[in-house]
Amino acid sequence: MSAAGPGGREGPITRVIRTDYLARVEGEGAMYVRLEGRSVAEVKLRIYEPPRFFEALLRGRAFTEAPDITARICGICPIAYQMSSVRAMEDACEVAIDHGPLRDLRRLIYCGEWIESHSLHVYMLHAPDFLGYAGAIEMARDHREIVEQGLQMKKAGNSVMALVGGREVHPINIRVGGFYRTPTRAELQTLSEPLQGALQTALATVRWAAALPFPDVQREHELLALSEPGSYAVDLGEIRSAGGLEFGPGAFDEHVVEEHVERSNALHARLSDGGTYLVGPLARYALSSQLLRPLAAEAAREAGLGPSCANPFRSIVVRAVELVHACEEALAIIERYEEPDAPAVEVTPRASVGHGATEAPRGLLYHRYEIDEQGTILDAKIVPPTSQNQLAIEEDLRAVVEDSLDLPDERLALRCEQAIRNHDPCISCATHFLKLTVERG
Amino acid sequence: MAHTPRPTLAVWKFASCDGCQLSLLDCEDELLALADRVEIAYFLEASSAAVEGTYDISIVEGSITTAHDAERIQEVRRRSRVLIAIGACATAGGIQALRNFADVREFTSVVYASPDYITTLSTSTPIAAHVAVDFELNGCPIEKRQLLEVIGAHLAGRRPRVRAHSVCVECKRRGTVCVMVAHGTPCLGPVTHAGCGALCPAYDRGCFGCYGPMETPNTAALSARLQELGSDEVDLVRVYRTFNAGADAFRAAGDAAADRDAAR
Repeated sequence: MSAAGPGGREGPITRVIRTDYLARVEGEGAMYVRLEGRSVAEVKLRIYEPPRFFEALLRGRAFTEAPDITARICGICPIAYQMSSVRAMEDACEVAIDHGPLRDLRRLIYCGEWIESHSLHVYMLHAPDFLGYAGAIEMARDHREIVEQGLQMKKAGNSVMALVGGREVHPINIRVGGFYRTPTRAELQTLSEPLQGALQTALATVRWAAALPFPDVQREHELLALSEPGSYAVDLGEIRSAGGLEFGPGAFDEHVVEEHVERSNALHARLSDGGTYLVGPLARYALSSQLLRPLAAEAAREAGLGPSCANPFRSIVVRAVELVHACEEALAIIERYEEPDAPAVEVTPRASVGHGATEAPRGLLYHRYEIDEQGTILDAKIVPPTSQNQLAIEEDLRAVVEDSLDLPDERLALRCEQAIRNHDPCISCATHFLKLTVERG
Repeated sequence: MAHTPRPTLAVWKFASCDGCQLSLLDCEDELLALADRVEIAYFLEASSAAVEGTYDISIVEGSITTAHDAERIQEVRRRSRVLIAIGACATAGGIQALRNFADVREFTSVVYASPDYITTLSTSTPIAAHVAVDFELNGCPIEKRQLLEVIGAHLAGRRPRVRAHSVCVECKRRGTVCVMVAHGTPCLGPVTHAGCGALCPAYDRGCFGCYGPMETPNTAALSARLQELGSDEVDLVRVYRTFNAGADAFRAAGDAAADRDAAR
């Protein structure tokens, strides 16, 4: 972290707040804020993570390879990529896995990823900001039990991923049409005990997080999330916005446009009317909080959350509530699970375009593929949550700076970094969607 | 413990998905104990506190895809007593090394709004193509227990116990029935480096080569067998060109299949 410029209110007019290497985010990014007197002249979230060109390298691959290849976009949320890709391929091939044990297992492993990813963010990436530590390992010197309980909850999420998916990072058991092997009922039962423990930890996490000191910030963003009747949407549904938009994944391209700006190796997404929007826990909570499972709903009430939460700093509480929900949901699935007749349904390729949208831990993740009659991928488009959130994060940064002008540079920089971490940006994800151009060949 | 200087550990990221460094945070039962034994002096994903200077052990994730990173890895090497490359990106160039096989014109014809904003190299290369590497740990992703073994071995001053035999050996040890012999399922196990514990066959799936080539891979024999099982040349190109496409043996096997396909 560095704070260039004179810093004090009486000094020359230009003041620059910058962090060249953002810590405790997934991937490589930087932040730059320039003040002219007391007005914010420029705010930039810069993403310099090198592009990996997934959309280009998917061309010519088999449609069945998409879940294994796109998982490699992100080691923190591989299930999200696998789920959006299999949904899109099934959509192209006119197959629907929308109920029964195969659907349940997909939702179960997705709950595992939410638990793993949210535990990581709440305890290891976000909490140190509130308690004044550089990271969780430093925090553990004074709060070892708290960090250990966060790690144990994370482990429970990972154990769901490992049992259903084969391993925690880049699971191997997800395929277009279902799974390679489905677990037995007895195998799934072994997850009950760790998940019961995680549920208790998650409830304690809500109470603990609710008592953290939050700056009084209210941000009015348009919010976009998946929505499914009767359930807090995770792996299937229509897309809805707080402002009243409602469309299926197939219409995503009509409602969201991407643009390329110089400061970022990730495309920026906007609504087609030009407006910015936010995806992630705050959006999901605002659109579906009435559909939380009972303990999660009660924990949210006790934590003082209303039907929506407009303070991005309190997203840590919303993530904790989603942790409770994900544990309850996973336990309910395990309880009712009956082994399916076959681990997958047959999927025959046809020349078509398919769309898939699911809720990654950090927000809506959209995939679109065009395939030919042999199932070869002709075109791919992937819009990850952090690409969608970049402009909203910059708006938050601007607002936070305007509210905190009197903080000394170092504390202002920290407040700004925190405003970015509020949205759990995954820069590794966001960067991988540029089409390839080469500097030298 | 705090009074005796502990060995310092740094974790570096290049082009990657973050999954291999996450494996360190996934050591939920061991992480805090490890932090007692070593000083985690640079690990940006986990902490904003960075210790300047040199490090006893550097863990490097990711491949080299930009001119800036090609310089940065030199700096990392200078500041590291021991440098360990982890994961398929760092040991073979990763999935992003598929660009190495692409016709540049074909890739540039994929129209992009403002290509001038992007700077990248035309290749993705492993760490060892740029600097001396003390140990390479294979895998996409790596196996976290192997990572602990490698760190522990370097702390103890011994060679890590990481076996370079094939996945087949792991299937035998695990008691998994061979999916290729019993079910005719195409499987890269015979030519793939052990380490995952033969995960895929245990899930009724053929190995797809996440851990790269084993020590003495006979890819020609495997390719012939896969063709008997119904794979065509295009399928063979695909199976060898995934996360370890840039590893020598897989690159050669994929290129051979591509050449046969072109000659048809």
